[in-house]
Formats: sequence, C-alpha cells, structure tokens
Amino acid sequence: MARQIGDVILDLKNISLRFGGVKALTDISFDVREHEIRAIIGPNGAGKSSMLNVINGVYRPQEGEIIFRGEHRRNMDTHAAAEAGFARTFQNIALFKGMTVLDNLMAGRNLKMKSNFLQHALWWGPAKREELAHRRKVEEVIDFLDIEHIRKTPVGRLPYGLQKRVELARALAAEPQILLLDEPMAGMNVEEKQDMCRFILDVNDQLGTTIVLIEHDMGVVMDISDRVVVLDYGKKIGDGVPDDVKNNPEVIAAYLGTQH
Amino acid sequence: MQFFFEVLIGGLLSGIMYSLVALGFVLIFKASGVLNFAQGAMVYFAALSVVGCMEKGAPLWLALILAFAIMTLLGIATEKFVLRKMVNQTPIALFMATIGLSFFIEGLAPMLWGNEVRPLDIGIVDEPIPYILDSYNMVVSSFDLFAAGVAVALVAGLALFFQYTRVGRALRAVADDHQAALSIGIPLQHIWALVWAVAGFVALVAGMLWGSRNGVQYALTFTALKALPVLILGGFTSVPGAIVGGLIIGASEKLAEIYIPPVLAEVFGGNFGGIENWFPYVLALLFLLVRPEGLFGERHIDRV
Ligand SMILES: Nc1ncnc2c1ncn2[C@@H]1O[C@H](COP(=O)(O)OP(=O)(O)OP(=O)(O)O)[C@@H](O)[C@H]1O
Ligand SMILES: [Mg+2]
Repeated sequence: MARQIGDVILDLKNISLRFGGVKALTDISFDVREHEIRAIIGPNGAGKSSMLNVINGVYRPQEGEIIFRGEHRRNMDTHAAAEAGFARTFQNIALFKGMTVLDNLMAGRNLKMKSNFLQHALWWGPAKREELAHRRKVEEVIDFLDIEHIRKTPVGRLPYGLQKRVELARALAAEPQILLLDEPMAGMNVEEKQDMCRFILDVNDQLGTTIVLIEHDMGVVMDISDRVVVLDYGKKIGDGVPDDVKNNPEVIAAYLGTQH
Repeated sequence: MQFFFEVLIGGLLSGIMYSLVALGFVLIFKASGVLNFAQGAMVYFAALSVVGCMEKGAPLWLALILAFAIMTLLGIATEKFVLRKMVNQTPIALFMATIGLSFFIEGLAPMLWGNEVRPLDIGIVDEPIPYILDSYNMVVSSFDLFAAGVAVALVAGLALFFQYTRVGRALRAVADDHQAALSIGIPLQHIWALVWAVAGFVALVAGMLWGSRNGVQYALTFTALKALPVLILGGFTSVPGAIVGGLIIGASEKLAEIYIPPVLAEVFGGNFGGIENWFPYVLALLFLLVRPEGLFGERHIDRV
C-alpha cells in the first residue's frame, strides 16, 4: 500500500464508562495511528458503540483520559470533537431524513462556514460566494462516492444501503482527520458491502483519512484493517494485527461462546 | 350563496391569525421537542412591549424594533436559564417548565408596562373593502385582508430563511435529528436560542394583529388556547399544517356559528348561540380519533 502509517494521533488511556450499574467499558486503553484503519470488534453489547461515543464526546467516561494530537482531555464534547476533525456515522443511521442529500452534505460542512449569521440571513455577497465554494467541495464528495444521481432526493426516500453511503458522504464533507464508522456495512447485501469496502479503502488511501471502524463481518475486518481491538463485556481482550487477533485463544472463545 | 362565501372568507382570514400563533408553537416544538405553553404569554408580552414603547414616545417602527430586541433577549434568556438546565429531562418536565415560564412572563409584562387594557393603532382601518362590497356585495374587512397579507409574507420569509441560509439549514438539521446535528458540530444551544427568538418574532407579529383588533390585554394569552385545536388538526411538527389547520379552524367555526344553530333549534328547540367558542375543540377531538398525528404530522411508530 502506498500510504504511510504515521505516529499515534489518538491515545485512549484507562477509559471506564458506567451507566448506573452497567459497566459498559472497563479500563480500556488503545491508540490510533495516523492514516491507519483501526477496527473495533466484539460480540453484541461488548461496548463498541460506547467506545466511539466516548471518542467523540456523546458519552463522558467516569475515568480515563483522551489524548488527541498531544492534547490531554478528561472527555470530549461533541462540538469540540467536530472542530478537532472528528466525523462519524451511526449504527442506526442518523441522517437528516427530511432534507435532500445535497443539504445533508452542506450541513456536514456547517463548521467550515465562516461568514456570520446576519450575512447569511440576508444572503449577502461574501456569504453567497462562500456558499458556492462549499457547494463545489460537496460536489467533489458526491463524485467520490458515486451519488450524483440522488443529489436532490430527500434522504428518507432512499433505500437503506444508499442511506448508509450518504451518511459516509456527510461525514466526509466535513473533511475530517479521523472518521468514526459504527457498523458501516451492517444490513447490506454482498454487493453493497463490497462497494462500501472499496469506498472506505479509497477514503483512507486517497484522502489519507484515519479511520476507526466497528464491524461484525470478520472477513471484512480482517481484509481491510491494519490493527484490531477486541472488546468483550466492556473489557479489552485482544489488540494487534489481524493475524494475531485471529489466533488469540481468548478472542476465539469470546466469539464461539456467543455463537457468531 | 354570496352570504356563504362572505362567511367563508371572513372565517379563512381570521383563521390565518390562528395559524400565526400555532406557527410559534410548531417552530419550537420541531427544533427542541418542547411544547411551549408560554407562546400565548409571549404574544401578550410582545404586544405590550410595543404599546409600552409607543407610550414612552417611540414611533411605531422604533417600538417594533425595540419589542423585537426584547423578545430576542427573552428567547436567549429562556435558553440559558431554563432549557440548558433541563437538557435530557422528559418532555413533560420541559412542558412544566414552560408553564412556569408563562406565569413568569405574565407577571413580568404588567410589571414593566402596566396592566390596563390599551388600544393599539397600527394605522389599518377595520372596514369593508368598498370595491368588494360594490362588485360582489360581500363584506370583507380590509384589516383581515391586511392581516392575511402580513401572515403570508411572514410565512414566505421564514420558508426562504429555512430553505436557503446556513442557519436555516442548521435549524432544519437540529429539528430532524439531534444526535446527528451534534455530531457535525452544530451547537444545539445557539440553535435553541435562535428558535426562541424567531418564535418571539412570530409572537410579536401575532400580538400586533390580535392586539390592534381586540386591544392589548391579558386576554391575549388565551390565543394560545385557540392554537391548540389548530395544532391537533395540522400536526405539531408541520409548518404547512399550522397554516392549513388555522384556515380550517377559522372557516369551520364561522360556518358552524351560522349554519348549525338553526338546525339544532329545529330539532331541540331553544337557542344555540356561541357555537364558535367550542366548535374547534370538538372538531379537534373528533380529529384525534381519526388521525392522531394530524393532517401533516409525522406518524410516529416506536421500534420494538
Ligand atoms: N445510553 C445508554 N444507557 C444505558 N446503557 C447503555 C447505553 N448505551 C449503551 N449501554 C449499555 O452498554 C453496554 C454496551 O453497549 P454498546 O452499544 O456499546 O455495545 P455494542 O458493542 O455496540 O453492541 P452492538 O454490537 O449490539 O452494537 C450494553 O450493555 C448496553 O446496554
Ligand atoms: Mg453498537
């Protein structure tokens, strides 16, 4: 592969997260290197989504530390995370269903837009120019993900597989440094999965975006990720390159134990 | 037939005024999921502020700008001191908070501006339009027509704002999916403050029209109750629903007032005036049985 995996940019240290009595995450540590594809796997309820939610500030862990590009934080908040360059997709698609694909992507660039509120309300010169510049950027993303034909369609009317793709597009529209993808291929047929795989690899390869991804399909995970973290019952039971993880007895036990 | 149309048009035009109040509810409900009981109090407060400023010597245009500034401040304060403290509370808790807010505003308004009933003159006369009277022999009030024009302009303006500006897009995004809006870095607090300010603006317009028709008085807070059947009919989340719902309620209550009492009198004997006071609520109740999500509302099906 042409891309060069760089230094650690995101370092999670001893993260613990509880909901009342439920221990969703217990003392989890792992890191993410620049330009890599880092997978998080584990049986249902293992705490994978909770982990992503901690990373972009939806949940605040009771313990632990998040270090992003050398900056230490107790926890993120969603706005700070977006400003810092995190973009994400959700396990149960969270698109703006009433808005068109184009509007969803433009909304994705919200933080990049700088002209002020009044100028925008009045559709003033600089605001108009800015809007057009953003429009061009959005069209590039649309091209990249092959969704020209549905640009003007309200997202709620699209089939599931395409909605997943549009959600990725909205995340990309923000030109993120790190993409967090929560089961981007769940519920897709084989062909759609292949397309999605290719898009994820293209994003990583051509745009250099670092990717943290949750996925259940083992074949896919082992194929596309550089390193894998394995969670089970909120604890980390494995971490390493796919081949090591595959042969880790604890991981095998966790997966056989839950009949995957 | 001519008479029928006269009643119908009068009803539609007054219905638009209901739409205006309902619109304030819908904006806030869409963006923050809060049923804002204080919308009626805001209408009262806005109208009082205009009258108060004019009594202090401000011309109408200045009074309008000042009142808008006051409503904006009120919106920002509401977000900062009430809503922000209540993030993640249940809808019923938020609803209770807006009841508290409405008492607060109803107390604050007369404290600032006095509580006597005052006329509000925005320079539009309430007389039959001569041309329509002459050509069609129908009474259509010039004030009603003006009010309708203002309402249409307001709705069109809001629609353009929501559709074509960045802030409008962010607003729609928040209304559509909080979680996703947060993840792309839209600050919910700013949007909520903005929505409350816009709702304050809508309240101001409604307050001007209602106030100059009926006088600026405490009774303006009850306009909120008129909006309720409109919302049930149109759906709590739909701007077009608020408009159409208002038109239907306005037209049907006036028609009912004219055409139902004679029928009832025939059957039961006696006098059946004042139907328009309760007819909208009965209509809304019937509607609830048939289509609880309203004409344009989204049908909500919980995932299990
Ligand atoms: N908001 C919440 N409130 C309470 N408990 C929660 C919340 N979010 C997650 N949990 C609990 O935390 C644990 C981990 O859930 P999480 O969604 O992170 O698992 P997951 O690995 O993503 O599972 P799946 O593969 O099913 O998506 C579960 O026991 C879940 O019930
Ligand atoms: Mg999950």
